[in-house]
Amino acid sequence: MIEIKNLYKTFESSEGRVEALKDVSLTIGDGDIYGIIGMSGAGKSTLVRCINMLERPTGGSVLIDGKDMGALPAKQLREERRKITMIFQGFNLLMQRNCMKNICFPMELAGVKSSDAKKRASELLELVGLPDKAKAYPAQLSGGQQQRVAIARALATNPRVLLCDEATSALDPNTTHSVLSLIRDINKKLGITVIVITHQMSVVQEICNRVAILDGGMVVEEGLVGTVFASPASAAAKRLVFPNGADELISNPACERRMRVVFNGARTAGTPLIATMAVKENILANILSAGTRCVDDKVYGSMLLGIPGGEEQFEKAKTYLESVGDVHVEGV
Amino acid sequence: MGFENMFTPEKFEKAWQVFLEEMPFAVWETFYVTILSTFIALLLGLPLGVLLVTGEKNGILPLPKWLLNTINVVINLLRSVPFLILMIMVIPLSRAIVGTSVGTVATIVPLVCAAFPFVARLVESSLREVNPNIIEAAQSMGASPLQIIVKVMIPESVPSLISNTTIAVTTVLGYSAMSGAIGGGGLGQIAINYGYYRYQYPTMVVAVILLIIMVQIFQSVGTHLSVRLDKRLK
Repeated sequence: MIEIKNLYKTFESSEGRVEALKDVSLTIGDGDIYGIIGMSGAGKSTLVRCINMLERPTGGSVLIDGKDMGALPAKQLREERRKITMIFQGFNLLMQRNCMKNICFPMELAGVKSSDAKKRASELLELVGLPDKAKAYPAQLSGGQQQRVAIARALATNPRVLLCDEATSALDPNTTHSVLSLIRDINKKLGITVIVITHQMSVVQEICNRVAILDGGMVVEEGLVGTVFASPASAAAKRLVFPNGADELISNPACERRMRVVFNGARTAGTPLIATMAVKENILANILSAGTRCVDDKVYGSMLLGIPGGEEQFEKAKTYLESVGDVHVEGV
Repeated sequence: MGFENMFTPEKFEKAWQVFLEEMPFAVWETFYVTILSTFIALLLGLPLGVLLVTGEKNGILPLPKWLLNTINVVINLLRSVPFLILMIMVIPLSRAIVGTSVGTVATIVPLVCAAFPFVARLVESSLREVNPNIIEAAQSMGASPLQIIVKVMIPESVPSLISNTTIAVTTVLGYSAMSGAIGGGGLGQIAINYGYYRYQYPTMVVAVILLIIMVQIFQSVGTHLSVRLDKRLK
């Protein structure tokens, strides 16, 4: 369990003080996939770096399984970091080492015997689906493949926690989907707690069970993903749930119920889904906002619909849309 | 003296004679003095260059400010002294270390003194090219400062270190020729002794051509190695 208690982080610079984190308290349970979402500058990256003390908090504490990370001496902190590994937006692989040696790197640091390290690295390459890339250098791989190698590297020391710092932000939607699936598999198979830092709602919706919304260095909302997204209370949460300013102004909640439809690689390209729903089910949906992209015949992104006609129509629409694979529907 | 007197048939003949009799050994002397001096300069300059980067306030192994400043000032001081004067200034040091201040071996001392601060700066610039995010990643995996230096910073900057070492080699080669003026051996000595003191211009030209060829060879080998060892270019 990770307990973040009253965490503060202030940066002093020549331009003045910046309060990156203000009284952040969170509890992350074992086996959770915990999303921390916010706009850029909200303090997400600082928060995740405070968990493994890459960034020293100015106040408060981080307890991992009861151990106070801030109080550990340098050597013990380094050993503890092997149990809380991290993947990054820019992958950060060693460019002069091949994949096998990149995955061996953390084991080398920990003093694992070279032959054992190689054996484990081969297993990990298998796990992340790149068994044939052992000898390849990072520059020869695509972004998605590099992130898979980075995941294998992060798993090398059998961590309890995996920190993902905007790990899919540099990837296209299709690759994002496959990397997220890999992270979810790892969470299920190995029981590793995952903390996902992102600015993309779709990422949280796809893999997280709990979410905290960070705004201006503060946690403004926290809870189960379904609950937070179904009834966003804070302004920051509303901004994320109703993108592009779509809100009460263009849709009257008294006349219609709103639903969020999330496409995670649904094979609906070329199918007029909403029109078909109107014709077949006689449900006249009001499209409040839509941001979908089509990659390789699959659709990613989300749509916000207003369904008039009360609860019955709403349930009918929900059932219809959910019958399509890889589409999530939620009342908002 | 007119141009026609500088390049008479007799002088060409002399040049040919010197080329056959003295130059092969002079080339060898210049070669080993250059390589040996650069190597020793690298031994001193590499750790210094590392300290310059890691010792900064936000570096992975911060040094006390006065110490870092001292290192910086000493390097700048040594780099500001013109080589011709530095050669003379370190004569007592050469005597203390080698036992003499004359001859090929003795010139290694001033060459190292001139080259190691230069190498330290080149190493510094190479190490600064390493992506700081990669260093952060290593820290997140529990790497100690020493492990980061040995396993991340240096290996990641090998291509740049090699091309910068090539620059150092060619500079030292130029300095070693200059050391001919105070009794150093090699091609520089031949160029000065024959060309300057005895007006044997063709001999001097031949010596200079050989120096140019040596620079070309060092540079080509350095560039080739740097490119071949860079795994980012695939």
